[in-house]
Amino acid sequence: MTDIDLVVELTVLVLAIFLGFEVIAKVPTMLHTPLMSGTNFIHGIVIVGAITVLGFADDGFTRAIGFVAMVLASANVVGGWFVTDRMLEMFKRRPEERK
Amino acid sequence: MISDPDVVGLLYLVSIVCFILALRFLSSPKHARKGNWVGGAGMVVAIATTLALDGISNWGLIVAGGLIGSIVGVVGARTVKMTAMPQMVALFNGVGGGAAALVALAEFHVSSGDLAGEEIVSIVLSALIGSISFAGSMIAFAKLQELLSGRPIVYAGQNILNIAVLLGAAALGIALIAGVDEQWVLVGLIVLALVFGVMFVLPIGGADMPVVISLLNAFTGLAASATGFVLNSLLLIVAGMLVGASGTLLTLLMAKAMNRSVANVLFGAFGQVKTGTAAARVDDGRTARATSAEDVAVQLSFARKVVVVPGYGLAVAQAQHDVRQLAELLEEKGIEVAYAIHPVAGRMPGHMNVLLAEANVPYDQLKEMDEINPEFPQTDVALVIGANDVVNPAARSDPASPIYGMPILDVDKANSVVVMKRSMAPGFAGIDNDLFLEPQTTMLFGNAKDSIVKLIAAVKAS
Repeated sequence: MTDIDLVVELTVLVLAIFLGFEVIAKVPTMLHTPLMSGTNFIHGIVIVGAITVLGFADDGFTRAIGFVAMVLASANVVGGWFVTDRMLEMFKRRPEERK
Repeated sequence: MISDPDVVGLLYLVSIVCFILALRFLSSPKHARKGNWVGGAGMVVAIATTLALDGISNWGLIVAGGLIGSIVGVVGARTVKMTAMPQMVALFNGVGGGAAALVALAEFHVSSGDLAGEEIVSIVLSALIGSISFAGSMIAFAKLQELLSGRPIVYAGQNILNIAVLLGAAALGIALIAGVDEQWVLVGLIVLALVFGVMFVLPIGGADMPVVISLLNAFTGLAASATGFVLNSLLLIVAGMLVGASGTLLTLLMAKAMNRSVANVLFGAFGQVKTGTAAARVDDGRTARATSAEDVAVQLSFARKVVVVPGYGLAVAQAQHDVRQLAELLEEKGIEVAYAIHPVAGRMPGHMNVLLAEANVPYDQLKEMDEINPEFPQTDVALVIGANDVVNPAARSDPASPIYGMPILDVDKANSVVVMKRSMAPGFAGIDNDLFLEPQTTMLFGNAKDSIVKLIAAVKAS
């Protein structure tokens, strides 16, 4: 991957913190459990790191570590997504519009 | 194969936008599910882009690892009971944190001696936070799954020992940053961080888990973000930080709803400190009045507005479906029914909403605390099912009470209150509840599910 200037990275980091707080503050408490499992899914993005490490590994140690990271990260991604979808599917309005 | 770094960066930008949109869509239950699909699309783009990077090899291992993880993930996600959702979230938190720590270790192994200052700092942070999150989440899982006792596990000098272990890990981290280029130092750091993760969750009781799970959620996000600095990936930095922000916000929110500081939850070993202070309540001769399902049914039938206040006791008794039936029965009689949900009802933020949604309770009937509290004075019957501390008026009136200042549902302002409870035993906070002695309150003792089934029959008969 390309080298990115540390200051640029830190700028993006700080902006992401502010953005995160803004967006999350708008999520109603009703949806806080799906929010947690949804953000759970998002931190599964570490799978990108696992793929990079494993994909470029050329010794046994790195392969072994990368493989375990790959298993953990993909369980995180796939499980996090499915469980969030399962929960959100259950949130329904009442069938007849009464209001 | 993609070799142009700009193309890679732009594709990752697409993923970032998808993740932000996914969170935006969560602002309403109407669009939330769509949001999850958008987030999923973002993840697919990110994974596909990474797999297409020039020079990626070890395909067999990548596919095998991905398959094993995916199968575990799908089976877990499909079979988990909604009451067990906190454990599930803890588990996924843990594996994410573990993956981040391992990626950091592998990066150190590959590039050791060739790492810039900020990279080694990030490796240390990612390994440290990721390992704490992994071990802490596993203990949280074991406690919630009741593989371990949910009670706080405490011993003398615990906090001092914990701090010593953490300082040890930090010292190794500083050594690495200062230029000690030895892999065993990083491995030692990871081991100490794992030990710390175990020790810091052990003394935390089951009732405090909403705070711990939120915090571990934030930790894993931070670990992923730190990994982003190691790999020079803005995608990981942003996505990890979004999770970090979310977890932090929820942690503070949960601690506030429980009227405690985060530090008190983590280091206070709840129940150890506070039970002593609350025992002295003046016995003023008032006693709780028991009632019968038939009487409650009559009360309900004459009501115009009924508010159901569900607590975790409802979920333990698996009575959500029965409550919904009762509510529908009342609505057929023209009675207005709403559910009042306290922010810490359940075992994690928003847990009760999920449990009721699973029982097909429409979400527009679920009212948050601030929304429902002004409505209690116009409520004819408040039906408290398996909730205790969150409806204790001492939180408003008694400065000596350990829960004083905690936001509660103002159930005592309703015209009449029916409390369904197994016994007069106190709730998690270990304190008496004056609500049970108020003149407008009656108690319907027994298992919540049995009581509600009887109530349904009685309402049908009346």
